[in-house]
Amino acid sequence: MALDQSFVGRTYPPTEPYEVGREKIREFAEAVGDTNAVYTDPEAAKALGYSDVIAPPTFVFSITFRAAGQVVEDPQLGLDYSRVVHGDQKFAYRRPVRAGDRLTVTSTIEAIKSLAGNDVIDIRGDVHDEAGELVVSALTKLVARAADAAEGEA
Amino acid sequence: MTSKIAYEDVEVGTELPAQTFPVTRATLVRYAGASGDFNPIHWNERFAREVGLPDVIAHGMFTMAEAIRVVTDWTGDPGAVVDYGVRFTKPVVVPNDDKGALIEVSGKVAAKLDDNTVRVDLTAMSAGQKVLGMSRAVVRLG
Repeated sequence: MALDQSFVGRTYPPTEPYEVGREKIREFAEAVGDTNAVYTDPEAAKALGYSDVIAPPTFVFSITFRAAGQVVEDPQLGLDYSRVVHGDQKFAYRRPVRAGDRLTVTSTIEAIKSLAGNDVIDIRGDVHDEAGELVVSALTKLVARAADAAEGEA
Repeated sequence: MTSKIAYEDVEVGTELPAQTFPVTRATLVRYAGASGDFNPIHWNERFAREVGLPDVIAHGMFTMAEAIRVVTDWTGDPGAVVDYGVRFTKPVVVPNDDKGALIEVSGKVAAKLDDNTVRVDLTAMSAGQKVLGMSRAVVRLG
């Protein structure tokens, strides 16, 4: 069943702040095998002009995707999450996420389409810092495969 | 921001140093923990097969995290990335052995843009298949 187009443009309330910790950044950098010192050494970060260690570019997805749960699990929207795959992901950065940031995410449904029986939904997560400044916007395209479609996507 | 690559020194077509990233089941377990994505298709073979996958597959976001390293290792400053986007076209299948899979990433400058930025087009391959499409980053150079 196609998703209700009237949800396009709907914005969900901002999430509670997520506090970015140095050790969480380190854990993430180690998990992707990235040894750039700017992720783990505050002095190396300062040498590049940052007040504290910064996070790898895709780190923020963990925060925006959790926030997108508000949309994905909205019973009124009725997305069948068991059939959802991640189609596209984009980030537009104003500045890197850094340790000490307290980030809130505001999720907006940008688009809803139906393609070959699949529901395609674009969710934008705008990430703001404690001062209310935009840090990064994450655009997540989710595809809910038609119930009878061949399975096996990323 | 301090990129070690100067805008003047690159041209359209300039190739970035390519890299190969290994990924095993242990890598995926570690990434699941660090990212909070515990979807069983990334660690449970039985579950992966039940939903029609050939085997356990890597997190798309893991592949995305590796691909941008070709850019951030080139410039030295990950904070210089202005835009980054990918399409997840094929899964990276990770067998349950000591070798796992390889993700091979190459990139080249596709356009010189305003404000000392360039667009880099990335190619990510695994087992001979393109695993990311429309994989592009805009990065500010020195």
